[in-house]
Amino acid sequence: MRKENDMSLVSRRNFMKTAAAGLAAPALGRAAFAAEPVKIGYIYLGPIGDFGWTWAHNKGRLALDAALKGQVKTSYVENVKEDASAIPILKDLAQQGNKLIFTTSYGYMDQTIEVAKLFPDVKFEHCTGYKRADNVGTYNSRFHQGRAVEGTIAGLMSKTGTIGYLGSYKVPEVVLGVNAFTLAAQAQNPKIKTKLVMIDSWFDPAKEAAAVQTLINLGCDVIAQHTDSPAGLQVCEQRKAWCFGQGADMKKFAPKTQLTAIEDIWGPYYISRAKALLDGSWKPDDAWWGFKEGTVVMSPFSSAMPENVKAAADKVIAGWKDGSYDVFTGEIRDQTGAVKVPKGVRMEDKDLAVIDWYVQGVQS
Amino acid sequence: MTLEFLIDALVTVIGVTTPILLAATGELVVEKSGVLNLGVEGMMLIGAVTGFAVTLTCGDSLGDFAPWFGVIAAGVAGAASSMLFAVLVLTLGSNQVATGLALAIFGIGLSSLVGASYVGMVIAPFNQAFPAWLAEDPIGRVAFGHSPLVYFALIMVIAAGWFLNRTRAGLILRAVGENDISAHSIGYPVLAIRYAAIAFGGAMAGIGGSYFSMVITPMWAEQMTAGRGWIALALVVFSSWRPGRLLVGAYFFGILMTLELYAKASGFSCLPSQFWAAMPYIMAVAVLAVMSARDVAGSEAPACLGRPFMPNS
Repeated sequence: MRKENDMSLVSRRNFMKTAAAGLAAPALGRAAFAAEPVKIGYIYLGPIGDFGWTWAHNKGRLALDAALKGQVKTSYVENVKEDASAIPILKDLAQQGNKLIFTTSYGYMDQTIEVAKLFPDVKFEHCTGYKRADNVGTYNSRFHQGRAVEGTIAGLMSKTGTIGYLGSYKVPEVVLGVNAFTLAAQAQNPKIKTKLVMIDSWFDPAKEAAAVQTLINLGCDVIAQHTDSPAGLQVCEQRKAWCFGQGADMKKFAPKTQLTAIEDIWGPYYISRAKALLDGSWKPDDAWWGFKEGTVVMSPFSSAMPENVKAAADKVIAGWKDGSYDVFTGEIRDQTGAVKVPKGVRMEDKDLAVIDWYVQGVQS
Repeated sequence: MTLEFLIDALVTVIGVTTPILLAATGELVVEKSGVLNLGVEGMMLIGAVTGFAVTLTCGDSLGDFAPWFGVIAAGVAGAASSMLFAVLVLTLGSNQVATGLALAIFGIGLSSLVGASYVGMVIAPFNQAFPAWLAEDPIGRVAFGHSPLVYFALIMVIAAGWFLNRTRAGLILRAVGENDISAHSIGYPVLAIRYAAIAFGGAMAGIGGSYFSMVITPMWAEQMTAGRGWIALALVVFSSWRPGRLLVGAYFFGILMTLELYAKASGFSCLPSQFWAAMPYIMAVAVLAVMSARDVAGSEAPACLGRPFMPNS
């Protein structure tokens, strides 16, 4: 098991070497071809050791390996930039015989479409994008469902009435999280305010730590984050502010103050798509899974949470699962006070996917 | 705005500034000797992973002393990696820019490889230089409430200024950087002096890197310095190779970055956030433009900066 993983360790730095070695391989192994497992490739934005976004995708890949052992063979390239340099890497993955390729960051959108045109027999799936083709599907996870759970908890736990949000960039994914967090907190405490800091980076531990210090200095006593390192949690632990892990259970970084975490679980999705590829039912899709399908999972609640808070959080999770709850149900006002969603109306997916305004109560 | 609030903000400024100041102080001395080492980012990461690993590993046997060993190990590792660069550029006369960039990339890769087994682990933060009771009241916190590395950074930048401008050894180092051939012809060991300067720069970068993994966020994450090594390099130019200006410049940068965060969180960032993020760099360009307009006769860079010196050729 361990050895197989080592063999699929390909970084961009030694990728070309591996590709060159691959050219010589077909002459050796033709006889065994019929029994060959189907190859599935991944490109990652960060290093697999980022303990965040890429780490979670890689965990999903390993879950796929384990679930369909012998039927699929996965490999990955890490540290792939979101620029034209992704194109030759994708071409190489396709030429090496990968039948399904997952491109796991928003910035690979156009490169994925471009390479997909050259390889009509290869299926591509682009994470968090919106451009599709006959052999290109898109997928994402409804992390904002988890944000609503965090907001519910924050609304009940905050004593100062000011909660903080450490963000990365103003993209729909992040805006949805900020809004879901704030709306859910306001449902518990209508006067609550969210202070928002965008650090213009997904990963910069020193700046993440400085931003969380700033939020706490400005009176926030519960902090949520949408950046990739656990730096903010360590600050919260030192400064005794409640916090939430991002992408994985980060309890060891804030053993006393992490209340729960949103875990990115891609395994179920990757397994279902690989099965579809194997039985020939794969179609380009626009998948947006959540609590119900198992791609969004909350870490165990902290014992510091009173029972009524746990119950309120569980109720939100159950509501997402059975469809009775949607945090984006009107009336919703934006920062200027204008009504964006009328009372009783639920926002549609197409509007959520392009959202670029913050709800009332967000200070940014 | 209470005193308490200002002190909290100051603590953030110091946290942002200290690692850059440490690395830049080292690089300033290196450049004063006439060598341009662009590998600061790589050396910082090597220091960061070494400091973390040693502190974690020695934690059981050494207890409270473990972080001190971690910092020393970070300095030694930074200096050792800089020696690779030194052999290539000094003894073998390779291009300093290309070799420095190679060192930066090498350091990023090596630290990721070594650090892979430390991802997700934590140590206690190395953030108390003095007994906690000294740092209880607000004034005490400003004076005594920081990591030992904060004081070390301040001492080192002052010491570097004193060494370069007030000592004979510093004068010789500057002479080597300004005119290596003359220094060589009157008998100074140019290459030995440059080796020593590069080792010092490597040690300071390594210790600066350990500030990330041991103080700001006591954990290891790949590429956790997130480009601070390049900012340190820019600061040396920004300071026009003067330690006093380096200190001011580093804190200026730290204050700007902290102001950005406060402006955003307080909701009065009327400007787009990208503008705030670009602010330190815009200021650096502006200051450089003003400085170069004033000194038409040429920059204040050491005259031999980046030029290989081969005594026997």
